[in-house]
Amino acid sequence: MRIGVFVCHCGSNIGGTVDVPGVAEVARAYPDVVFSSDTMYACSEPGQAAIVDAIREHALDGVVVASCTPRMHEPTFRRTVERAGLNRYMFEMANIREHVSWIGKDREANSNKAAELVRMAVEKLRLNAPLYPKSFDVTKRVLVIGGGVAGIQAALDCADGGIEVVLVERESTIGGKMAKLDKTFPTVDCSSCILGPKMVDVSQHPNIRLYAHAEVEKIGGYVGNFKVDVRRKATYVDWELCTGCGLCMEKCPSRKSPDAFNEHVGVTTSINIPFPQAIPKKAIIDPASCRQFVKGKCGVCAKVCPTGAIRYDMEDQVVTEEVGAIITATGYDLFDYTKYAEYGGGRYPDVITSLQYERLLSASGPTGGHVKRPSDGKEPKTVVFIQCVGSRDRSVDRPYCSGFCCMYTAKQAVLTKDHIPDSRSYVFYMDIRANGKMYEEFTRRAMEEYGVQYVRGRVSMIVPQGDTYLVRGVDTLLGEQVEVPADLVVLAVGAESSHGAPQLAEKLRISYDNYGFFMESHCKLRPVETNTAGVYLAGACQGPKDIPSSVGQGSAAAAKVLGLFSRGRLESDPQISQVDVRRCVGCGKCITTCPYGAIEWMELRGEMKARVIETVCQGCGICTVTCPQGAIQLQHFTDNQILAEVNALCLS
Amino acid sequence: MNLAYYPGCSGLGTSREYERSTRAACAALGVKLTEIPDWSCCGSTPAHALEHALSGALSARNLVGAARAGCDTVATPCPSCLSNLKTARHRMADDGFRAKVGRLLDESADKLADLPDVQSVLETLVTRVGLDAIRAKVRQPFAGLRVAPYYGCIMTRPADVMRFDDPENPTSMDDLLTALGAEVVPFPYKVECCGASYGVTRRDIVARLSGRLLGAARDAGAHAVVVACPLCQMNLDLRQTQVEWPGGKAVDMPVFYFTQLLGRALGVPDAELGLEQLCVDPGIAFRRAAQVVAARQAEEAAQAAKAAAKAAQARQAAAVNEGGRA
Repeated sequence: MRIGVFVCHCGSNIGGTVDVPGVAEVARAYPDVVFSSDTMYACSEPGQAAIVDAIREHALDGVVVASCTPRMHEPTFRRTVERAGLNRYMFEMANIREHVSWIGKDREANSNKAAELVRMAVEKLRLNAPLYPKSFDVTKRVLVIGGGVAGIQAALDCADGGIEVVLVERESTIGGKMAKLDKTFPTVDCSSCILGPKMVDVSQHPNIRLYAHAEVEKIGGYVGNFKVDVRRKATYVDWELCTGCGLCMEKCPSRKSPDAFNEHVGVTTSINIPFPQAIPKKAIIDPASCRQFVKGKCGVCAKVCPTGAIRYDMEDQVVTEEVGAIITATGYDLFDYTKYAEYGGGRYPDVITSLQYERLLSASGPTGGHVKRPSDGKEPKTVVFIQCVGSRDRSVDRPYCSGFCCMYTAKQAVLTKDHIPDSRSYVFYMDIRANGKMYEEFTRRAMEEYGVQYVRGRVSMIVPQGDTYLVRGVDTLLGEQVEVPADLVVLAVGAESSHGAPQLAEKLRISYDNYGFFMESHCKLRPVETNTAGVYLAGACQGPKDIPSSVGQGSAAAAKVLGLFSRGRLESDPQISQVDVRRCVGCGKCITTCPYGAIEWMELRGEMKARVIETVCQGCGICTVTCPQGAIQLQHFTDNQILAEVNALCLS
Repeated sequence: MNLAYYPGCSGLGTSREYERSTRAACAALGVKLTEIPDWSCCGSTPAHALEHALSGALSARNLVGAARAGCDTVATPCPSCLSNLKTARHRMADDGFRAKVGRLLDESADKLADLPDVQSVLETLVTRVGLDAIRAKVRQPFAGLRVAPYYGCIMTRPADVMRFDDPENPTSMDDLLTALGAEVVPFPYKVECCGASYGVTRRDIVARLSGRLLGAARDAGAHAVVVACPLCQMNLDLRQTQVEWPGGKAVDMPVFYFTQLLGRALGVPDAELGLEQLCVDPGIAFRRAAQVVAARQAEEAAQAAKAAAKAAQARQAAAVNEGGRA
């Protein structure tokens, strides 16, 4: 075998703490190595060209590149060697950046370690064999989880691109958080007026099948061929028959059901349509407060429904959908503001969250758009906004910036002035983070044109005083403690991951961070992809995002799906397990340990043997360590290849 | 439960009534207190302001004494002692700190790694004795008494050292007082500072801070403030003539230790609770409570009379009707 070694400087990333030419020199003496050199940037165009040239000039059979992580550039170099006519699996990579130069400063030790890693790669490469991918069909349908603005955008773009979309939404209507907003920053245009038409498009698009009030229960399969179980939770109303006329809501005698859409400001009927623009505009019964469910007698809605759609005995239903790709757009939840006991959230009726205030501002909200205090219905004259409630605060385990609170607070302060011209607004802030287009200008307008008093500092405590509240805090620019008497206090609560997000991530086999936000494949260059092929991210499930970013990411995820589906067939990864049927004794241990169910029984001349289902195998290697016979081997990572690496390290 | 008792210096001096009532109430509840033999000052405020290792050593010495006496838990009535003892125990997790303290005390550092747990007497009563057991032993429940429970600023903070109740909105004393039959008013200043020892150097600060506390208690309709800290008690009780009351002065807000009310509810004679040591006459609170009860009874009586009159009227009307029919 003729092997070529290329050791990369990566500028000063590796070259700074590793003697790169020295490593290349040492590598020249390794078995089968006929060519070795150092290169400034192996991944650059001249760097790749040098590899191609060397392969041709020295008739190389295999190539080792010692540079960064294979996660970053293994596909790049595989394509490079392929261009020169080699099989792409006749390539090995030694990670001398993340594993060497970035973690140690001792140049000599680093150089020795780099040389050893290169030697391991060479020894492994000597046992490599060409592998050939197989191709398989793709189901050209996509599952979108979450019907907020990001999910809606992704679904519409995919549907417009001509593929079928299954949209699953946990609530009984799509629209997500944006549907609850009164206005959007920085243009102060009506949120439901710009979202509403998109929601209607979803309901009318022939390519979109919407499951509202449903949750993804189980996900199996792999890119191109996912099988998804969706639990359609019981609504107790036959949505085929329900016309959304609202008669049941008018007549329902139980009017104390918590109004989730209005963020529990006010109450609603037990059978209800969450809001007038709901999509689907169908009624749903809350069994926790419905008299028919709680007391066993009422049945008013069943009597008045003109289409006879009420079904008290309805049960959950599980449907299975086959899709080729999945977009998650599960969004975010709001921080639990009662954790700040000093603000009295949950104890004092007029200390409310920003989203509750948004409902008070909204014309379709519980007060018809008149700002009224929850305690006594009076119009507040002084409103205090407190920012960073559950953001940038390590003491509540939320060290990150939620990103949009500065802006929505400015918007709400502006709207307060519009609603109540003789009102005063105060904003307690830490920094103003207004980094979007026209954002800085907007916050300045709030301060200068609308006279919103911005106070830089945290609030220490909120104390009720008679029927008002004393907000005690500090003005860190003045260096003084300040006290502001307020009629209403609005807590700008931060964002946290949607409840149940980690569980969903495990079903999808994607990673999530400490806070439950889903991890992108690469934080800069692959922001909507995950490390699981065929699963894409959109919107705030990946981290707090405002509307433009969520929409942008929804479209980006859709573009990725359309790109994936534009190929007629997908190639399978040949780095999978293979059974040597001569050695297999048919014990079945591999079948029980495989986490993907990728191994099945087969009969071979009257004997039972194991067989790998190539498209299901993920190449994890658990079966190979389980097999007592060593009959099952992971291609590209065979026992002999790994032993060669170990020997290279321990015996040389 | 093998409970060591650490009275603290103020218990023998300025807050003797807290100490006495704590012992009396615990005795009435059957809680045996073993005073730590040869205990010394915990260092109070000056020690930790000067040198952490010294402060740690002063507290650790007492904890070692409790361990020698065979106790697994130390209870102290004073929040300042509590804070010092707990902080010392918390810091012992650090090897370097433990070694330093060990050298000061001539103790092996290993011994300092496993010191007894520290609790306030309030925590012991609420978590170990339990509210149900206390409620069962109440002989004279307070009727009509409205109280403002004041925890002070250090009993629950810093949260990761004290590990008791909510640091910003504690409720253990509220629950205890409710169990005694008292009515707890919503008091937002539960954990605000009273000015503490600034009374010596900057009386204006204490006047403002303590005044705000007393004013808020009065505005909330409290008949008395209930405290668990000798220094808070002193500032609120002793300085009522000095403090700035919002909206006019008054000097009639009794300030009890919670153990005094507990003892009284359990039937301990007033003499053992040191009620006579309070500056503002505690009788004011009980008289106001009695007024509330009387007013309530009068209202109930009026309601009953009204109902009776209504019933009589109805009977009469019915009789007339029947008479008419006949």
